[in-house]
Amino acid sequence: MLSIKNLHVSLEEEEKQILKGVDLEVEAGKVHAIMGPNGSGKSTLSYVLSGRDGYAVTDGSASLEGEDLLEMEPEERAAAGLFLAFQYPVEIPGVGNMTFLRTALNAQRKARGEDEMSAADFLKLVREKAKALKIDAEMLKRPVNVGFSGGEKKRNEILQMALLEPKMCVLDETDSGLDVDAMKLVAEGVNALRDAGRAFLVITHYQRLLDHIRPDVVHIMADGRIIKTGGPELALEVEENGYAGILGEVA
Amino acid sequence: MALAEKTGADPLEARLGPVADAGAWAKAARGEAAKRLRAMGLPGRRDEYWRFTNPADLNAAEAPEAAVFETGEAPTFDAIDRLKIVFVDGVFDAATSDDLALEGVEIERLSAAASRDIHWARELYGVLEARGQTPVARPFAALNSATATDGVLIRVTAAAPKPVALIYLHRDTRSDAVLHHVVRVEAGASLTLLESGPAAARINKVLEVDIADGGAFHHIRAQGRDHERRAMTSIFARLGEGSVYKSFTLTANGVLTRNEQVIELTGDNGVAHVAGAALGDGKSFHHDDTVFITHDAVGCESRQVFKKVLRNGATGVFQGKILVKKGAQKTDGYQISQSLLLDEDSQFLAKPELEIYADDVACSHGSTSGAIDEDALFYLRSRGVPEADAQDLLTLAFVAEAIQEIEDEAIAADILARLEGWLARRR
Repeated sequence: MLSIKNLHVSLEEEEKQILKGVDLEVEAGKVHAIMGPNGSGKSTLSYVLSGRDGYAVTDGSASLEGEDLLEMEPEERAAAGLFLAFQYPVEIPGVGNMTFLRTALNAQRKARGEDEMSAADFLKLVREKAKALKIDAEMLKRPVNVGFSGGEKKRNEILQMALLEPKMCVLDETDSGLDVDAMKLVAEGVNALRDAGRAFLVITHYQRLLDHIRPDVVHIMADGRIIKTGGPELALEVEENGYAGILGEVA
Repeated sequence: MALAEKTGADPLEARLGPVADAGAWAKAARGEAAKRLRAMGLPGRRDEYWRFTNPADLNAAEAPEAAVFETGEAPTFDAIDRLKIVFVDGVFDAATSDDLALEGVEIERLSAAASRDIHWARELYGVLEARGQTPVARPFAALNSATATDGVLIRVTAAAPKPVALIYLHRDTRSDAVLHHVVRVEAGASLTLLESGPAAARINKVLEVDIADGGAFHHIRAQGRDHERRAMTSIFARLGEGSVYKSFTLTANGVLTRNEQVIELTGDNGVAHVAGAALGDGKSFHHDDTVFITHDAVGCESRQVFKKVLRNGATGVFQGKILVKKGAQKTDGYQISQSLLLDEDSQFLAKPELEIYADDVACSHGSTSGAIDEDALFYLRSRGVPEADAQDLLTLAFVAEAIQEIEDEAIAADILARLEGWLARRR
């Protein structure tokens, strides 16, 4: 599904190498987790995959189902099936959440050559998906993320994911700023989307999210590289010994 | 005077021309207005309130040529049930206008009323304009009162059953229109006035509105989209106790637009809201909102919300003042002017002013200039919305606060559709 090879990325504004050769293969139907200390390049990886400005790819490649992601505009990546759940979802005053969701859904359908969804069908679909995430009508009416609590913003990200039905979901520190109940709700939302045709890349600093979203594969990232890959037990090792132990072991 | 020396003719007298013949009251009002204009002179760039806007095209003896812009879209407010009054190049057109009969509303042409010796409008025509000349001179409004021969006089005695719509068509590339309307809303009565269309190659328009106690006046206008037209408009409103005045203006295109509003709250607990959205593309676009609101009574509320979207070297100007007179306690004054600059060549010049002589008031003002929020743009694109669509969505979101000032949902939807259309064509 997602194939990253020898990816080197530096900041555009300054001479700073962030990713120093990332190799990663995420297969359809699988959940991969990337863990790592602060500054290891986890979030940079998610931004580069989604096409955010400010990063320069100096070497390597990233493709989604064989299509070169790095050549595409952010909207093309979305239409191709990539979704990034933001660590800090953006507030957009003046744009209603419903308008936003419908515009996004129909834009992707249009890009894929499908018909736009009717207002009635869309409303039905949103209500159904929102209900599972305990998102009420009020939250749907308000401007995108404006005045939302941390938990509401993350639930809104998962709602977008549920509506857009991407093939490859990248979750960037989705657990940050969430209490246990909110985390469970978000994890349930993600687990409901787990499917043989869909893959997940869960980026997190802590092991706790992985108690709720069980990964198939865990990678440890440090200093711009993946330094260790293993099963779910690797996450537990981090929980018990911190990153210091693994970093020392690899060095 | 520099101009006069160069051309050898007095530009002011050239603009005034001979006084049109009329009945006693109109003749007197025109004479008084001419006297006012001669005392203040035509404006120049050194005048405090003309520093940001060059009045040359408005001062010129003849209107600069303006091509007529044809669009395929339905006219503004087309779907709104309204009484239509049509002016072609500034001249009333009976053939395309509706019968001027509406329950609770008396409508007359200025030209017909002016020929009479006595008329209710004599208490207002040029009178509200004259009141609005202090402390800031408004020469084009005086020029208008002195020379206007067409326009409508509207007296509202009840809640008008539907809006009155003034439709301004532009057919002649050289037309130089002067229109003067007077509206009197009697106590407890209410009217919605719609205005739309470019009117002429150049228009000088004055609207005087007097709202008696408990009356309400709603005003929504869409200034015509002809790219080369020039417009100088002035509204003078006087509000009685507990009355309401709400005005919204949409401006897209045009070379020069100067919209002045002078509002006087003279009765307690009056409410005056003015809002505007302007969209400009290109170096020749220059849009100026100049607002002066005077609080001269207790417990009044005033609100100014102006948004401008500027690109490709367009210029926006906002000069907004709130004057709170001594004794105008419990005044609630709010003013916001914002521009969205879509490139580095466009500019927004803002001069917010507060002058307060009462001690128990709440007044706030703010002015901002900014570009499209890059984070929001990326967020939308990451959800699959193409960049141009995302930019339009954020642009509409920016002007939404001004459009929300329109109370009537159908009219607001119509204005929104104009905006969307404008954006779509500007790709």
